[in-house]
Amino acid sequence: MGSEMINRRSTLKSLALGAVSVLAIAAGGTLSAQAENKELKIGFVGVTSGPAAAWGTSNVRSMQTRADWINETGGVKIGGDTYNITIVTFDDQKDPKRAIAGMEKMAQEGIHYVVGPNVDDGAAAVRPVAESKGIIYFPYAFPKSLYVAPASNAVLGMVANYQSGPAIYKYLMKNKGVKKVAFIAANESDPLSQRDSGVAAAKALGLEVVAETDTYQNDTRDFTPVLTPIVQLKPDLLVLSGVAPANAPLLIRAARELGYQGLISAETAQDATVLQEGAGELANGFISVGGASTPEIRTPMMKEFIDRYTKKFGEYNDESNTKVYALEYIIETLKANPKAIDNVDEFKKTMDTFSAPNPFAKGSTLKYVGMTSFGQKRQVSVPMVVTEFKDGAFQTLFVGEVD
Amino acid sequence: MEQVIANGLYLGAQYALIALGLTLIFALMNVLNFAHGQMYVLGGFVTYSIYGQLKLPFALALVCSGVTLAIIGALMEKFLFRTVIRRSKREESTMLLAAATAFFLDAVILLLFGEKQRGVPKIVSGVFVSDWVILPYDRIVVGVIAILMIAAFVLYMQYSKPGRAMRALAQDRIAAQLMGVKVDRYSMIGFALGAMLAGVVGGLLVSITGVNSGIGGPISIKAFLMVMIGGAGVVGGAIAGGFILGMMESVGLTVLREYGDVTYLVIFALLMVFLSIRPNGLMGKPWG
Repeated sequence: MGSEMINRRSTLKSLALGAVSVLAIAAGGTLSAQAENKELKIGFVGVTSGPAAAWGTSNVRSMQTRADWINETGGVKIGGDTYNITIVTFDDQKDPKRAIAGMEKMAQEGIHYVVGPNVDDGAAAVRPVAESKGIIYFPYAFPKSLYVAPASNAVLGMVANYQSGPAIYKYLMKNKGVKKVAFIAANESDPLSQRDSGVAAAKALGLEVVAETDTYQNDTRDFTPVLTPIVQLKPDLLVLSGVAPANAPLLIRAARELGYQGLISAETAQDATVLQEGAGELANGFISVGGASTPEIRTPMMKEFIDRYTKKFGEYNDESNTKVYALEYIIETLKANPKAIDNVDEFKKTMDTFSAPNPFAKGSTLKYVGMTSFGQKRQVSVPMVVTEFKDGAFQTLFVGEVD
Repeated sequence: MEQVIANGLYLGAQYALIALGLTLIFALMNVLNFAHGQMYVLGGFVTYSIYGQLKLPFALALVCSGVTLAIIGALMEKFLFRTVIRRSKREESTMLLAAATAFFLDAVILLLFGEKQRGVPKIVSGVFVSDWVILPYDRIVVGVIAILMIAAFVLYMQYSKPGRAMRALAQDRIAAQLMGVKVDRYSMIGFALGAMLAGVVGGLLVSITGVNSGIGGPISIKAFLMVMIGGAGVVGGAIAGGFILGMMESVGLTVLREYGDVTYLVIFALLMVFLSIRPNGLMGKPWG
């Protein structure tokens, strides 16, 4: 009996010990597997609240989707180490003072690569912080002074309007017989500077500019009073300079309802769902630089990115066709030169020669461009896809490239 | 010019409706409801969800917007503003509470409905075109509904028992209490009514201008502007303020267009001069 008890106790003890050992080994294994991967923090400083929230939110969500995807598949190998990507975000509320605070926070966290800010004044405001703290940042802002030497830490994350605008106007002059053009912009630094460069490009091409000073408050909800005098000028083309995705359908709808029958275009990325909901069939024919991806040039990886984004956030945002690129450029450049992981000078050196296959667009390459516009490679190369909106979707008009 | 006047009248009607709820809450409780714009946005999103997403009738969506905001308004009054008013003698406490509520609602709306601009199918298709004026039918319908709602609100305040009680409260809270008016009850009804108005106008206008989570703050600012022009706490003042602002915007955007975006600059400059002459606005006196 006693020996039986001892045996049973021993057996139970052995089983318990065995179970604990298995658990410990499993836990240890897991911990060691997690410990193997280092952490690579990438920052975001931009607007994720207020009327322009869509701009920054599409950035953050693209970064988070891609980071989760990379982490889920074992991380990214840079040099001899494998890293999990952590996205650190800061909402600057489109306020340059907050953008500076955001960039300071990134510096305090030891982050060297930041996506954003989304607007001109924010991007200009963070420049001293980025340059003094050794941060490379990828703004979605167009002032050339950010990218022309002696500035060297900013890398334009998209195609600028002074690059896409002339291409669009030329196309419309040739194919649609456009002669008279009118510009309208929100009374803010980005849209105004985009309008001015658009007006200059249009005049340089020989177009007659019939309206170039009309502006609106960015929080305008009813654009009929703003557009009434412009529509009466009967331009062939109405350019919505720097228009926010939230305002585009309202402007289009108001113009069409006032009887405007000419073409409407924008040089900023838009969202098909927003256009369809806000303007419906009135938005048909609207021309924009529709993000760097359309079904025709999309790779399977881009399709998977869209699926993952939609699954994670419930709805895709077409702006992310462009916004997906910044993080990819950062990672691929670091892979090309692992020394750049904490040394932005190394990163800058690599930018001049960097080249990698574009995982998101067919027949395209990841490379830094901007020599023509900025005299140095301070722009990511993304396909310049000019699209026409039709029945709820963007259709490709033509695909261009920036050099 | 006819087009400019038509634009101004339409804008004025929607602005007046936006300002009514704000002025009602101020008249009754002396609370500057900074969350008024957020309530408008929430009303817009309720209509968007029911009419735009679930494809149920627009009228039902509008009712749901009103009821949802009325409930939220009643709860806010009962559990937040009433408590703060009772415990604090400083008027800025309610202002701070209202500002906090605005930020809170902004965050909740962004979380629930996302960052995108949302729109719904037109409630009426087609455009009225004449030699003088072009006006889409849906704007005409919305403008008429706005004017009918303003009229109904004025009649309700004038002739109904709760309306009379609320006017008495606005005139003299203590005297009204002494005369047997249930202050807590009618304050709650008034706050709910103000919130409901914000919700209904948000729902109504989602069919024209859509809605997005970031427009609450700008809507509140515009509503305050109208109330300042007309006189805080006065129904007629809010209506007048709405129509004056709408007309000034429409005329300014046409007449001043050659000078760039100076319309609001001129409006604000005029407002400063006007307020220095009439600090209480056009009709700035106790309600009644």
